[in-house]
Amino acid sequence: MALFTQNAQSSASGQKRQRSRRRVEESSERTLVSPLMLKRPAGRVIYWTVFALLLVSTLITFGPLYWMFSSALKSSIEIFQSPPTFWPLHPAWNNYASAWNVLQYPLYFGNTLILAVGAVVLQLLVSATAAFALSKLRPAGKGIIQFVFFSTLMVPPVVYLIPQFVNISDLPLIHVSLINNWAGVWLPEAASALNILILKSFFDTIPTELTDAARLDGANGWQMFSRIILPLSRPALAVVTIFTVVASWKDFLWPLLVLSNPDLQPLSVAIFHEAGINSNYPLPFNYLMAGLVLASIPPILLFLLFQRQIIRGVNLTGLKG
Amino acid sequence: MERSSPSPSSLLPQEPSRPRRDARVEKSVSQGERQALRKARLFFRRNLGGYLFLLPALVIFAFFVWYPLVLGFTISFQNVDMINPAVWVGWTNYRRVFSDPLFGIAWRNTLAFTGYALLFGYFVPIVLALLINEMRHGKGLFRLAFYLPVMLPPIVTAFLWLWLYNADSGLINALLHVVHLPGGLWLENQGTALPALVVVATWGAAGSTMLIYLAALQGVPASLYEAAEIDGSNLWQRIWHVTLPTIRPIMLLLLVLQIIATMQVFTEPFTITGGGPANATMTVLILIYNYTFQNADFGEASALGVILFLVLAVFALIYMRMTSRLMQGD
Repeated sequence: MALFTQNAQSSASGQKRQRSRRRVEESSERTLVSPLMLKRPAGRVIYWTVFALLLVSTLITFGPLYWMFSSALKSSIEIFQSPPTFWPLHPAWNNYASAWNVLQYPLYFGNTLILAVGAVVLQLLVSATAAFALSKLRPAGKGIIQFVFFSTLMVPPVVYLIPQFVNISDLPLIHVSLINNWAGVWLPEAASALNILILKSFFDTIPTELTDAARLDGANGWQMFSRIILPLSRPALAVVTIFTVVASWKDFLWPLLVLSNPDLQPLSVAIFHEAGINSNYPLPFNYLMAGLVLASIPPILLFLLFQRQIIRGVNLTGLKG
Repeated sequence: MERSSPSPSSLLPQEPSRPRRDARVEKSVSQGERQALRKARLFFRRNLGGYLFLLPALVIFAFFVWYPLVLGFTISFQNVDMINPAVWVGWTNYRRVFSDPLFGIAWRNTLAFTGYALLFGYFVPIVLALLINEMRHGKGLFRLAFYLPVMLPPIVTAFLWLWLYNADSGLINALLHVVHLPGGLWLENQGTALPALVVVATWGAAGSTMLIYLAALQGVPASLYEAAEIDGSNLWQRIWHVTLPTIRPIMLLLLVLQIIATMQVFTEPFTITGGGPANATMTVLILIYNYTFQNADFGEASALGVILFLVLAVFALIYMRMTSRLMQGD
């Protein structure tokens, strides 16, 4: 968050931005340890020792992932062998195919995807329009409205989890129930003050001269928004999109409460129901592991593809992910 | 930012038919009213576009943030089971929550979880980021390795660790066996279940904090290191007097954020241990869940939610003070 303020502030004026960019470049040449120190033999020994230690400690994350992947290849007898085998004796690759079928992966993958796409569309629509109004149109009472939005950043949604559930089972005024409806997941998610904050701060860096010039040429608000602000904001929109997809993919508690109909559930809820402690017909363990691998592949691919945007986004928000 | 944009912010394209109709209206009203009308019209024209753009967000926030927030306070004073109509019951829900023996247990576990999470997880990302930032090779690989768990769905992380902790065929006991150490019933033992869950949560979240620290370290000015070096400081002194003071604001901020986040722990205990063994991993949020979906007692659940809200609000206020510059916007 603080970083984000820094970013927003430094990019507010061009001068400051240049200074901070220079600072980043300098620091990439020089960190805590001076280049001179690294040239000395002792420095080199220490450097490579630390490097080796870090390399070994990556096993803390790669190890469990490997265990998940290899357990999925074991037979249902071998997987419960004690002590376990570190590599399956007869790798059963068709466990993955079986898990795909038993878990009804296409159905739940599709549901997860629909939930993610809906979340992206709705959140972008709601956040970008509000951020544009706050940043460029600045209607009267903007300060209050902004405060009212951003103060919700301080209220974690779990504190109104139960009232939210009561709320969506009978919405005020229109008396519609969103239980067992994808909208029941989409709409509460769409109220994201963080997205408004990210987009507003980015829109603030777009010179007002651009929108002013457009206004003189007779452009209305919508044209300014869709033809100038949005095309110039692709990096920020990309960050918001990726983080919305990731958050939607990781979401568990809320879809668990709202979507009790198995045909609508996302992958994480379906896995919980089919394998959880409460499940009546627990999934064979090797299938469960294969299912977990299958559920991890899309987010991992997403990370590999959009690593730069995600790292940028983490630095921007400091919160999500 | 205010300075940079003295924009007249009139947005709506003027409709040609408008002035004529207005002129007709103006004839029939007195001088003072005419002025007020003109002012109102001007205000309208200046701001309507802005309000229209804000409308979707305002509607969504009203329905799905502000209303449920208020509803939470109201329901906590009502008897709500979603079948019969709500009845006002005063402080009854709160009294019942406080007299529930699980209340104390849940809070103690939640606070213990938060404490362990700070102990296990607060310094790890800082140390990792410090080390990785010094690396001239493999930075990308390290970043990938430590961030990867953050991308996994929590349910995957939970079930994966359930399997790793397995007493007979789990990886952890197998590794302990290799180095001739006794294994354990990590999740079945009341003493180890909660710390075991903290390990899971830390494993799944530390990478994200590490990335933030990595970015913060990029912001430490190289000139400070050089100056410190010329003054004859050694590596530790540079860390202590240059690096840490520079990233301290972010360290404090992430401390508060971590406390807020870990006090809401749900997925790990809910999916891995189900609150057991013998309520050793029963947290406040699981208790709220049980009130709601086992007892169908929404009032009691909301009362506990309000209490959780008040506790978190203390930390939220600290957080707000830290980011107050941000909140005031421009």
